[in-house]
Amino acid sequence: MKRPLRLLSILLLLASPLATAGTVKVAVAANFIKPMRAIAAAFERDNGHRVQLAAGSSGKLYAQIRHGAPFDLFLSADADKPARLASEGLAVPGSRFTYALGALVLWSADPGLVDDAGTVLRQGRFEHLALANPKLAPYGAAARATLQRLGLWEALKPRMVFGENIAQTYQFVHSGNAQLGFVARAQVMADGRLSAGSAWPVPQTMHPPIRQDAVLLDRGRDNPAATALLAYLRSAPVRALIRSHGYALPAEDAAA
Amino acid sequence: MSEANLTALLLSLKLASVVTLLLLLVGTPIAWWLARTRSRWKAPVGAVVALPIVLPPSVLGFYLLVAMGPEGPVGQFTRAMGWGTLPFTFTGLVIASVIYSLPFMVQPLQNAFQAIGERPLETAATLRAGPWDRFFSVAIPLARPGFITGGILAFAHTIGEFGVVLMIGGNIPGETRVASVLVYDYVEALEYADAHWLAGVMLAFAFLVLLALYALNPERRGQGR
Amino acid sequence: MNREGIAARFHLDYPDFALDVDLLLPGRGVSALFGHSGSGKTTLLRCIAGLEQARGRLRVDGETWQDGKHFLPTHQRPLGYVFQEASLFPHLSVMGNLRYGLRRVPAAARRVSLDDAIELLGIGHLLARRPDRLSGGERQRVAIARALAPSPRLLLMDEPLAALDQARKQEILPYLERLHGELEIPLVYVTHSADEVAHLADHLVIMDDGRAVASGPLSETLARLDLPIRLGEETGVVLQARIAERDARWHLARAEFPGGSLWVKDPGRDIGAAIRLRVLARDVSLALDPHDRTSILNRLPAVVSGLSEGGHPSARLAQLQMGDSLLLCRLTARSVDALGLETGSRVWAQIKTAAIIE
Repeated sequence: MKRPLRLLSILLLLASPLATAGTVKVAVAANFIKPMRAIAAAFERDNGHRVQLAAGSSGKLYAQIRHGAPFDLFLSADADKPARLASEGLAVPGSRFTYALGALVLWSADPGLVDDAGTVLRQGRFEHLALANPKLAPYGAAARATLQRLGLWEALKPRMVFGENIAQTYQFVHSGNAQLGFVARAQVMADGRLSAGSAWPVPQTMHPPIRQDAVLLDRGRDNPAATALLAYLRSAPVRALIRSHGYALPAEDAAA
Repeated sequence: MSEANLTALLLSLKLASVVTLLLLLVGTPIAWWLARTRSRWKAPVGAVVALPIVLPPSVLGFYLLVAMGPEGPVGQFTRAMGWGTLPFTFTGLVIASVIYSLPFMVQPLQNAFQAIGERPLETAATLRAGPWDRFFSVAIPLARPGFITGGILAFAHTIGEFGVVLMIGGNIPGETRVASVLVYDYVEALEYADAHWLAGVMLAFAFLVLLALYALNPERRGQGR
Repeated sequence: MNREGIAARFHLDYPDFALDVDLLLPGRGVSALFGHSGSGKTTLLRCIAGLEQARGRLRVDGETWQDGKHFLPTHQRPLGYVFQEASLFPHLSVMGNLRYGLRRVPAAARRVSLDDAIELLGIGHLLARRPDRLSGGERQRVAIARALAPSPRLLLMDEPLAALDQARKQEILPYLERLHGELEIPLVYVTHSADEVAHLADHLVIMDDGRAVASGPLSETLARLDLPIRLGEETGVVLQARIAERDARWHLARAEFPGGSLWVKDPGRDIGAAIRLRVLARDVSLALDPHDRTSILNRLPAVVSGLSEGGHPSARLAQLQMGDSLLLCRLTARSVDALGLETGSRVWAQIKTAAIIE
């Protein structure tokens, strides 16, 4: 008597959210997973939909999507891959927009090493300079552009070590194996302030913008939860949240 | 084949050769000790040697990065000796790979040494062979299958190693960018044609290595004593 | 050559086994360590070789190999060891095996030539072979030659025939006998076979439960009535004899031993040749009078020098003195009673057969 009742209640519990709300599956570039968790939690609270996040490198996620991975939404770490998906017919073309702009900082775990003008790069009091692989990571490409702009790219090449992504680059610097490196501002900022070490915020004018684009995937075209989340990402509170994590935003950029 | 591919492949071969050679030197005494000791340290030492088999390379790589870093115990030692720190250097890769491939050398060797048993060594002792003499004139020749298996496995495993190299290598061409890392780069950069090239070469290599392993070590040789 | 022989005193305590021996073995000839499995004979041999580290003392040929302070490791002891299984090195040819120990001995210390060892064991045609291409008997012969090659001052053999079938044993025994005859090296030989003891031993040590319960010259020791180990059907003595006369017509030979002589099958040896005769207790019967008409050829006067239990309530074992030699005789308690036998009784010993061993 008791057991069927309990079974029934579990079934109801499982079924009820499905009945009233949808689920959206999101592929998120690893560097944005932290703000995205906060956004997803807020979205679930406000809209009642369920969000499932899968984090990874943009390249891997792109390859998975091309091979039929069941994602509704793709938040890439660059602008290139969402554009490719759109042109390949795997994403809804008009849905693409820049949800965040990456900000680059030259950072060291040593509080005294990096000055706020980046002159440390010319003084050369370091053995290794870490940056993300420019071929793979937008932050790496931005770091390369910055160094080229400073005329230091060739001179510093022998001291460079490359992380596969911006997270690994951060690890190189954080562990002290590289004395300094170009990392994402989001990695070293907490509550709007530098959390440790010393840093030079690289001016946005030194490199092409690090555009992180989102796109609605073909599979999510008719998913109301997906379109709702896409709209939610553009809302003012979410933009503020993204900024607080150390990212910039296009409008802001234009204003600057 | 592009120059980058060739450089990476040659670096992989160089790394694997150096590591295999070092493992023969380091692994043989460890395997010998493990095969023959009755010490209570046998189980803990055996477990530590086997750790890389079960540990994800990223875990090992992370600890190596921290330990070899300027704040880590290894890093403090190497800096005190005036050698700088090991990550992002070929030497660092060699040391990490020796640790990572250690069980692949030690375990086949340990099994081979154990299979010899006490008798041939006792026989050699009654024929005037001292402990070192016995080791080189009896134990090593009789453990030949273990040396072949261990050597090939350690070599191949070092060629195929990826996670640890990624963690401490820093992807420097000609120094730490080995073939497996380069394949990963190609895939990440969506340069599938290059990826196919290099991956194909490595697949063929792995097959040839295993073929050699099975051809050189068929069943058990000899029919009893 | 060895004035002192081998003086061994060992104590070894394992959880389930203890060895406790104090022995003096002759410095020449073959000393057999005889006993059941588990009696400690192999352990004793391993202690002599230094393969087992027992407390105690060991002097060989006047040299201390082990005492309270020193322990000469096995490879520094000038010995040769033959294991039950040949234990040839599988990665070396027969020649490689033979040369293994030889190479490790300075030329000045070589007294046995390799050629002699090869010749003695009859393995000249096998030198290029791999051990896995040899028969069990051939392997054991190579192992013996290998042990001889470094000119040991003491040979140790641990049941070298036990792993072989009867045919292979018969193949190797003659080689061991030649070894016995031609080499000056003392041999300590572990066995549980009374037959091998009768063939090879000059000195007999009987092991039981980790102790040497009897030790002495072969004939004397075998004839003891108080032997603490039962040989059953193999109870008997070994007599050292010489061919004194040959009877061509009946193909017989008279073998003379201290205290008498026996007619045996003519072994085809010259007059004066030394042979061993094995006389089992069950093949000896007693009579009070010299019967004239009997099929038994050998009938010798003797004196009963002792009587004991015979392993069954119906059986008795009598020890007989013939000059300087001793015989054992198995008979029933009823016969002992009927003939009124006691120590000192004069009797006629009728010997049905005597096996010629050498």
